[in-house]
Amino acid sequence: MATVTGGLIFVLTLVTILVRPYRIPEAVAAAVGGMLMVLVGIVPLSEIMNEPNVAHWADEIHALLKAHDIKIISFVPDGGHKRLIELCQNDATLQTVTLTTEEEGIALAAGAFLGGTRAALLMQSSGVGNCINLLSLPRVCNMPFLTLVTMRGEWGEFNPWQVPMGQSTSHVLEASGVIVYRVDDAGKVAPTVQAAIQIAFSSRQRVAVLLSQKLIGAKNFARGDK
Amino acid sequence: MTALHRREVVCQLLRERGDLIVVAGLGSPAYDLAACGNHPLDFPMWGAMGGAAMVGLGLALAQPQRKVMVLTGDGEMLMGLGSLATIAVQRPPNLRIVVLDNERFGETGQQESHTAHGVDLAALAQGCGFPKTRIVREASKVNLLREDIYTSNQLLFAVVKVSPEELPRVLPPRDGAYLTQRMREALLGERSAD
Repeated sequence: MATVTGGLIFVLTLVTILVRPYRIPEAVAAAVGGMLMVLVGIVPLSEIMNEPNVAHWADEIHALLKAHDIKIISFVPDGGHKRLIELCQNDATLQTVTLTTEEEGIALAAGAFLGGTRAALLMQSSGVGNCINLLSLPRVCNMPFLTLVTMRGEWGEFNPWQVPMGQSTSHVLEASGVIVYRVDDAGKVAPTVQAAIQIAFSSRQRVAVLLSQKLIGAKNFARGDK
Repeated sequence: MTALHRREVVCQLLRERGDLIVVAGLGSPAYDLAACGNHPLDFPMWGAMGGAAMVGLGLALAQPQRKVMVLTGDGEMLMGLGSLATIAVQRPPNLRIVVLDNERFGETGQQESHTAHGVDLAALAQGCGFPKTRIVREASKVNLLREDIYTSNQLLFAVVKVSPEELPRVLPPRDGAYLTQRMREALLGERSAD
């Protein structure tokens, strides 16, 4: 993956430099660059065409949640979780709960577990800071707790206000007794979430999966990213 | 008008409770619950302030055939105000939130809470969309609340204005793992070890 990205950047830079005197729009240059990469065999065509045969990682998480009988999905929305939230909301077999603050999701999951139902909490890394005190609840009660955290404030962050919490997310979780798994690569999302579900619910542990900003993509407000 | 005594109210609400599930917020509500008995379907909390109502929501969603009552104080509820919005949107018909409002932070030296200065928790719940809210100020109305708790098929939020008396503490079990497993066994039987 790193080779592919590196190769892509190299070819795109080269093409951009070469076409600059001819005032060709960057999008065209990028397309030409992409085709060149395919032609020289650095990148398989499927990678450029947004390969339809490989499931998006959010679809894989959705399938895993269902396969492991997790019925209640709570969240404070985040752009990185948009696709997964929509998949859950459109799934009549799941109960989705929109929260006003992330800590509500910990108490919700605790109550659900008391009643025999599995829950998971989706949030952005800044939400982890809102959770600290409530993390004592599943810990002291020996309950499972699973959260999937989309990261901000690390890989190419545009917004400086996101950086402090993004940089302390894993430390805060670990200090609160939460096992932390981290994923940088789309191909590793499913096995990591699978392992997190297993240790959370089979061994009654508190577990967070950090979905890195490298995986999700840093957004640029100046460019109008959503 | 005589001020209501919190323990009398709680014991009256819990009389012949059947299979009512009770979550109690930390401090006095947990002691009140313990003073009225010690039931496997009790979940008295010793921390996680602000989380009692959401624990109730989780239970209400997981156990839709049973009634779930959250018994908490004004201070604990104030810390989880956002959860009123979350719960109102979910609108579970089997959940009841009962706030024993003494207008004090009782556990920390009886400092006045926001409700001593006009903050109206029932109005906030109504504003969030709770279909039914009640404010109970007199002994004769406690039975109406009791009836709502056991027979109503609507999400309910009630404030019971109680005297700010300091009572001897009656301590419920503190071991969270025990309290958890006890309730799961009562609700789930053999599945409780899953």
